[in-house]
Amino acid sequence: MTPAGSVRTAPAKAGAAARGRARLSQGMPRRILVGALGVLVLALLWELYILLGPEDGVVVGGVTVLPRASEMAMPHLWVMFERILEPVTGSASAIPMWQAVLEASLFTLGISAVGWIVGVTVGLALALVMQRFKLAESAILPWVILSQTVPLIALAPLVRRWGAQLEFGAFTWENWMSVALIASYLAFFPVSIGALKGLGSPDTNHIDLMHCYAVGWWKTLWRLRLPASVGYLLPALRLAAASAVIGSVVAEVSIGLRGGIGRLIVEYAGAAGSDPGKPWAPIFGSILVGLVAAGFVGLISLFLRRFRRGEVAA
Amino acid sequence: MTTAARPVQHAVEVTEVSRVFAGRKGASVTALDAVSLTVAPGEFVSLIGPSGCGKSTLLRLIADLDTPTSGSIEVFGKTASQARIDQDYGIAFQQAGLLPWRTVTGNIELPLELHGAGKAARRERAAELIELVGLTDFAGHYPDQLSGGMQQRVAIARSLAESPSLLLMDEPFGALDEMTRERMQNELVRICAETSAAVVFVTHSIPEAVFLSNRVVVMSPRPGRIRDVLGVNLGRMSDRGENLREDAEFFHSVSRVRELLHGDTPTGARGVETR
Repeated sequence: MTPAGSVRTAPAKAGAAARGRARLSQGMPRRILVGALGVLVLALLWELYILLGPEDGVVVGGVTVLPRASEMAMPHLWVMFERILEPVTGSASAIPMWQAVLEASLFTLGISAVGWIVGVTVGLALALVMQRFKLAESAILPWVILSQTVPLIALAPLVRRWGAQLEFGAFTWENWMSVALIASYLAFFPVSIGALKGLGSPDTNHIDLMHCYAVGWWKTLWRLRLPASVGYLLPALRLAAASAVIGSVVAEVSIGLRGGIGRLIVEYAGAAGSDPGKPWAPIFGSILVGLVAAGFVGLISLFLRRFRRGEVAA
Repeated sequence: MTTAARPVQHAVEVTEVSRVFAGRKGASVTALDAVSLTVAPGEFVSLIGPSGCGKSTLLRLIADLDTPTSGSIEVFGKTASQARIDQDYGIAFQQAGLLPWRTVTGNIELPLELHGAGKAARRERAAELIELVGLTDFAGHYPDQLSGGMQQRVAIARSLAESPSLLLMDEPFGALDEMTRERMQNELVRICAETSAAVVFVTHSIPEAVFLSNRVVVMSPRPGRIRDVLGVNLGRMSDRGENLREDAEFFHSVSRVRELLHGDTPTGARGVETR
């Protein structure tokens, strides 16, 4: 829209685009480096506090404002990592901690994926209905927003109880399905909002053009609205992935489902008193699940890169 | 078609058309008041007038992007709506309005694709049009890699994709700088000579209107009316070229249009570029 943009000559523009791509490809190792540096700084701060912080913390008027730097409260990083390599318990049959955490992580990742897929499907469907019918938007949108104010903890027992009453033929409702459902309950929200905004994002110019071409809603959706919504949809999908993981972890705990990372976090937290390194292993596990989920969405955005080209300036 | 029995069909026939926009609290704006206009096949007609004279509204009515409050519009003897459904016209706006995720070729192919043309036919037609607008080296470029003038050329190529007999253009060169603008005008004259389509062209610029048109329709605002229609005697489209801008007849027509625009208000019509 800028006048400068319109008078710029094409070679200059193409050059700028090429430079942009070059910057992107050069920027990749740099970005990884900066990211690694961030983690390193965090680790250093942790160790520095253990080194310098008071053993009993800082207490002001009976309130602990800074944590205790004792071995029990804040274990060294190497304690955490050594602990991951050791067996879960002292018994001879115990498997190594990393294996237990990895298995639980995979379990949770699977449930999160199911929740994410269900959530994204429902979110997209809602956005499409709201886009198509103005009435549906005013009827559904407030409920969509309201839905997120219901606390997860309140929802879990309800879902579990309703699920238990479901039974047709060979199908029986299982607990993991309740967890996935709760994960999807969190995941659908950003998708429906993001997709609604994205589907409505084409400017009147493009809408007029489609009208001139005398094409219906479906063709307009496929050729114009959906491609235009990609820029809004991808951040929503990433948010949904994070929400699905958090939803699964929390719902595992509130429903009492065994085998997942949420359950492991609660279980191992009990051991903190005698085995300070142990609770950290499932925490790292849950971070891993989140990273894999985010990475998966990153992969999707790689395929949809074409649709995220800058809007035309003219 | 029995040309002997029926009179020659108009490309566009606007009869006593009014468009009133309902404002808030009963206030209404009359954008067009009893406007009548005919455009012959192959004729280039410019609509010129100050901002708010309803020239864009008239174009949108012909394109069936809006419906008149009263009066009738026929395009090739059909209702405007039927003409739109039959794809009897191509359209270009002030904003190029290209889809940013499609290449130049992809953008030009869009109308063909939407109306079910085969892939090979699409490719062929797009290549033809890309050559027509002189963008052969940029066929695979995306819109954000093109200058404003190039984007507008793609938009014009797209409007020509289905070989319409009528082109509707709403200030297509309005956002371009003066040099690019004159070059685009030269090209449009050439393209029109090659396609022999009728054109309804909305503009702010007097020289642009004169240079391009067979007839210039001068409009006045509040309410939007046709003040006068001026025939331009600058020869056939195929004979018009850069040196026409130095022609005495060209200057004569420019001052005629200017006089008509200023009309009975000697202070000058605001919002009209006299460049």
